[in-house]
Amino acid sequence: MAALLAGDKMADRAVPPTGFTARLTVFTAAAMAFLAVFALALSLATGRLADRWAEELARTSTLRISAPEGQQEAQTRAALSVLETTPGISAARALSEEETRALLEPWFGPDLPVETLPIPQLIEIVEAGEGYDATGLRARLQAEVPGAVLDDHTRWREPLVDAAGRLRALGVFALLLIAGSTGAMITLAAQAALAANEQVIRVLRLVGAQDSYIARAFVRRFTLRALTGALAGTAAGMLGIFLLPEADAAGGFLTGLGFRGAGWLLPLLIPPLAALVAFAATRSAALRVLRAAS
Amino acid sequence: MIELENVAYSYGGGELFSDLDLSLQPGSFHFLTGPSGAGKTTLLKLCYGELVATAGDVRLFGDDVRGMDRDKVALARRRIGVVHQDCRFLDHLPVAENIALPLTVSGRSSEGSDIDDLMAWVGLTRQADQLPPELSGGERQRAALARAVIMSPEVIIADEPTGNIDWEMSQRLLALLVELNRMGKAVLIATHDLTLIRAAKAQVQARVLRLKDRRLVAAGADL
Ligand SMILES: Nc1ncnc2c1ncn2[C@@H]1O[C@H](COP(=O)(O)OP(=O)(O)OP(=O)(O)O)[C@@H](O)[C@H]1O
Ligand SMILES: [Mg+2]
Repeated sequence: MAALLAGDKMADRAVPPTGFTARLTVFTAAAMAFLAVFALALSLATGRLADRWAEELARTSTLRISAPEGQQEAQTRAALSVLETTPGISAARALSEEETRALLEPWFGPDLPVETLPIPQLIEIVEAGEGYDATGLRARLQAEVPGAVLDDHTRWREPLVDAAGRLRALGVFALLLIAGSTGAMITLAAQAALAANEQVIRVLRLVGAQDSYIARAFVRRFTLRALTGALAGTAAGMLGIFLLPEADAAGGFLTGLGFRGAGWLLPLLIPPLAALVAFAATRSAALRVLRAAS
Repeated sequence: MIELENVAYSYGGGELFSDLDLSLQPGSFHFLTGPSGAGKTTLLKLCYGELVATAGDVRLFGDDVRGMDRDKVALARRRIGVVHQDCRFLDHLPVAENIALPLTVSGRSSEGSDIDDLMAWVGLTRQADQLPPELSGGERQRAALARAVIMSPEVIIADEPTGNIDWEMSQRLLALLVELNRMGKAVLIATHDLTLIRAAKAQVQARVLRLKDRRLVAAGADL
């Protein structure tokens, strides 16, 4: 393929330039590359999201203790001892006032008078291995620590993790669809070009040109066009993503759509892949047409 | 080099000719005559593998055409220079590049070849940068001849090469063909031009074949 791109000027000239198939190919490649950048960003971002949620959040849960004044500390101790004897829990720790304040700060601001408010005591539970039996734990807590509510993130996050995983799969599927339709469009354009150049092909054959030579003239042209278009489309797509407004981590899903670090290198694979798709599509179209027109 | 044995051809209707034998050997010089529509062009196409005989065997440089794939036919064509009756060119390329086309498609560079001499010889130096549609009929035929001989092929097949050119130019074309023939190349020319045949017979041992009533026969001694 390197040799193909280095090219044979004369072989290129042997086939006259064809306006509309050229524009169609460049435009298709550009549009598809643009879409591919977003599909890639989507599947990377959802992948990150799914990983993070699944990884971090499923492994911790919180116990909330809202007891009447005076019983808070006793209940907290009771809860901790229950947790310590529950299989599947590797650690349980009561959050300090500062930690609680830090947790609430994004919602209520730094000046929240935690001391004077009936803020529940939070206990962070770190799961071990397969995790614990939430139903059993709830039953025990109900008996021994009446003010405790087990906030089990896993349960409500599970469908989200699932959805994020599916979104990632959809992104990958979209990438495959984009590659497939690029190939189909370029095949059509190449076939149109071959049909328009029937006379040229006949003359080339009469002077002893082999199929591979004739095919190469078309293949090279379409590969270069696809590469050009895809470069432009990818650049535009990456710029679009780069210009997405920056937001802090709390922004969540939408602003997480960008590429991170080395992730910026991934969309750079799109133009060479587009060229590869064009190469394969044109080559098979050309050889098929040439075989049929013998 | 090119051998036809018991060859018949039909475009789907009746047979144009049958039981036809022809052998082009190094140094042979053949004329092919016959009424219009007798099948001269068809016979030439069999000789360079553009058509495949409906019966009988055609061998190009020892290989049966029926057993050759397109790539092999393409290779054989590089050893056969053909001047087609309708002189087809690549209309978007200048005349000089068209003449060099056989070199180009076989991966040889036209640098160092005597394309300029050849262009001068067929009198097309001035037209080198023109496009084929801008040429006169005779200029097209001269360009076609130049393209046919640029690879110095072993066999030269010409279909009505003097159809559109004046007597003086046709004498020059003939002189070139005779010269190539003396170098050992086989020449086969389909023509109606009796003066051309007579002029050639004065210079080389030429056999004159006549395609008539579905048979290929030696023409009378009057030619
Ligand atoms: N592609 C084709 N399909 C069907 N019939 C054809 C085809 N080409 C030629 N023919 C017919 O075959 C016959 C022989 O044609 P050909 O061109 O070989 O004649 P020719 O001897 O070269 O004539 P001319 O002297 O006019 O050039 C003609 O009747 C022609 O109509
Ligand atoms: Mg004819």
